[in-house]
Amino acid sequence: MSDVHAHAHGGELPPEPERATLDGRNRILGFWMFMAGESVLFGSLFATFLALRHSVMGGPEPKELFSLPLVALATFILLTSSLTSVMAVQAMHRHDNRRIQLWLAVTVALGLAFLILEIYEFVHYVHEGHTFSTSAFSSAFYTLVGFHGAHVLFGIVWISLIIGQLMVKGLNVITAPKVYIVSLYWHFVDLVWVFIFTVVYLMGMMG
Amino acid sequence: MTSEEKGVTSVAHAYSATVAAGTRRGFWAVLKDWLTTVDHKKIAILYLLGGTFFFAIGGIEALLIRYQLMFPEFDAIPAQLFNELITMHGTTMIFFVAMPLVFAFMNAVVPLQIGARDVAFPFVNALGFWLFFLGGLMLNLGWFFQTVPDAGWTAYVPLSGADYGSFGVNFYVMGLQISGLGTLIGAINFIVTIVNMRAPGMTFMRMPLFTWTSFITSVLILFAFPPLTVGLVLLMFDRLFGANFFDVTQGGNVVLWQHFFWIFGHPEVYILILPAFGIISEVVSTFSGKRLFGYSSMVFATVLIGFLGFMVWAHHMFTTGMGAVANALFSVATMLIAIPTGIKVFNWIFTLWGGKIRFTAANLFAVSFIPTFVMGGVTGVMLASAPANFQFHDTYFVVAHFHYVIVGGIVMALLAGCFYWWPKMFGRMLDERLGKWTFWTFYPGFHLTFFVQHFLGLMGMPRRVYTYLDGQGWNTMNLISSIGAFLMAIGVIIFLVNVFKTAAKPADAPSDPWDGRTLEWSLPTPVPEYNFRQLPLVRGLDAWWLEKREGRTHMTPAEPPGPIHMPSPSILPLWMSVGLFIAAIGFMYAKEPFSIGFIRFLFEHYVIAAGGLALFFVCMIIRSLKDDHGYHIHPEEAEGEAAHQ
Repeated sequence: MSDVHAHAHGGELPPEPERATLDGRNRILGFWMFMAGESVLFGSLFATFLALRHSVMGGPEPKELFSLPLVALATFILLTSSLTSVMAVQAMHRHDNRRIQLWLAVTVALGLAFLILEIYEFVHYVHEGHTFSTSAFSSAFYTLVGFHGAHVLFGIVWISLIIGQLMVKGLNVITAPKVYIVSLYWHFVDLVWVFIFTVVYLMGMMG
Repeated sequence: MTSEEKGVTSVAHAYSATVAAGTRRGFWAVLKDWLTTVDHKKIAILYLLGGTFFFAIGGIEALLIRYQLMFPEFDAIPAQLFNELITMHGTTMIFFVAMPLVFAFMNAVVPLQIGARDVAFPFVNALGFWLFFLGGLMLNLGWFFQTVPDAGWTAYVPLSGADYGSFGVNFYVMGLQISGLGTLIGAINFIVTIVNMRAPGMTFMRMPLFTWTSFITSVLILFAFPPLTVGLVLLMFDRLFGANFFDVTQGGNVVLWQHFFWIFGHPEVYILILPAFGIISEVVSTFSGKRLFGYSSMVFATVLIGFLGFMVWAHHMFTTGMGAVANALFSVATMLIAIPTGIKVFNWIFTLWGGKIRFTAANLFAVSFIPTFVMGGVTGVMLASAPANFQFHDTYFVVAHFHYVIVGGIVMALLAGCFYWWPKMFGRMLDERLGKWTFWTFYPGFHLTFFVQHFLGLMGMPRRVYTYLDGQGWNTMNLISSIGAFLMAIGVIIFLVNVFKTAAKPADAPSDPWDGRTLEWSLPTPVPEYNFRQLPLVRGLDAWWLEKREGRTHMTPAEPPGPIHMPSPSILPLWMSVGLFIAAIGFMYAKEPFSIGFIRFLFEHYVIAAGGLALFFVCMIIRSLKDDHGYHIHPEEAEGEAAHQ
């Protein structure tokens, strides 16, 4: 039980510092469970979208709205940010605190770029007459994609806070699980986007 | 030891000294202790108190319902109030009574049964409780603003939707979202605790059945609550922000809500009943003086019920028009659940068979649970038959069925659990004689109330009606049902008297009053803050019983004694829950034309809502930034201090 403190101050960090303490292992397993719940949450939102996606009710059709190059760019940016978060975890396994911060910062920057593209996209759609209240399709679209966008925003704030903690507290057995978990979260958010890209945009373009 | 650690430890000494000096603390210190506690044993008591508080409210609502239905064309309660009463009774009893009481026992017992010093996430555990409690308050807030949820506990759209639902439905939507979040994180906490924190030797197939059922229930919560959350979010967006999910004129779909509600709602039935099965297994085995019959088949049946529980939700929707194929599949899947449930029933009977049965109050409730639950199960199989279901649908037959499984099943098990674990939770034995009085009023009262409702349903009495005409042959049975309800109320009052009488007694319960079998009975009463001074070595199923058979009076320790790390108490869980509570109010009343301009401005521009959310997230950030070093307890010294008192 007291192993939190055994490694926390000074001394060598173990090779996988995120799993060095029971608390770290608990957090990682707990986070996997949380992602299981989140998967069901997004699954339900996808089901809603699939059920309602043809109910455009005279509003703009997906085909008229979506611009694939823009969405492809957003996809490219977000998937790249998944890679950079892996680089951060690898740097953590090398106990290279500076590189973790660097790669996490790149991840945040890419996340912000994605978010800006998404906000631009939403504003554009609203001008096209595709608002939250236009039809059942529009409500489902903004709810699903918006939930994902909110997750990206949450992730950006979260990763930024962890960069700050790494600066102040350094890499230890308390901060290491946080780096690992936020990277898991980021992968999850990216994975959801892959499904959104397929189900919302590609299937939307095919009609 | 670093200087920082020394500081932490000395704080710990001061803290444990105040804890040891328990009785001498002032009111505010006690209040602060309970508001900030992260100790699973105290959180269990908070859940028990919270659940009992809402039980009183839900119970009074039930009595008012039965009072109104006592006579034909009675007009004691107006129709609108009746709708509010049935909605609030159902919602309260499921979400704010059965759930927290199940969580109370999970918190009190699971860490002790697996030989753990704490749960995996004590902070999250406390947050789960406060979210539940404030969610319950949110639901009941409507009574003060005279706009109460009135669309039934299932809140079907369009009745609950933007066009037809009353403002009160907002309290339902918000209250259930807040408490649902609490339940979800509570479940994650228990999954991780059970997977990662079992004592040396406590393999999965040596876990007591209550721990097993709590584990499977937690998994079910993890997968069942998110669909409810999504359904509620969609309904909230429809009601507050002009979305069209359930608005047919804009291309929405009302059946979507039914799917979400029941994809949650049916597993919810098993979420509640599985821990009840666990309690019954513990009680029946202890009071038969026998090992539980067919332990591994019990585990298998628990897992199977959990799995099948997700395959059957649409049996609530046979009359929706899903088509013959879907109805047939869900019909068969539902009937399949009778198989693992039957395994359990026979195992309990075989456990009793040839045992040296002691009919304590706990065991009276447990033994009578078995036939009562079988009756509820049989009507369940009847309802699972799709063609017959068209006749039963929305009649009192359904009401009778689910009260047999919920009251005859879950409530009986919870009462058994109270009498069984009370000494371990509170250090005092409940009065056995009053307990038997509770049984002999509550149990006949229950059957009087609900048995006749089967026949009322078969005779065509629809559920959720606020009155009925004379001369249909329903009068006598409705009168009997209402008399039964009042008899149940007497049983509950006797139980509460028992609780107060017991609380006035000195805390002198023996540590193992029932000759128990599982690890919690190996601990001293009251259980120390850190549960186990040394983690126990588990040698087999019924670990404590095994040691006792070999003549030992203590569990064999699996580690040398040493300082024990404990988490610090925190007020943040309460503030986070208050933040969500405020945010919910802010969103609900955003369009309310308040007469005072300033207040109107605050709500209209979502200042209140944003403020509540900000409070929530700021607390979350504080929690992330501030490392909780906790404190250390040195058991020898703590016990020494206690001895001086």
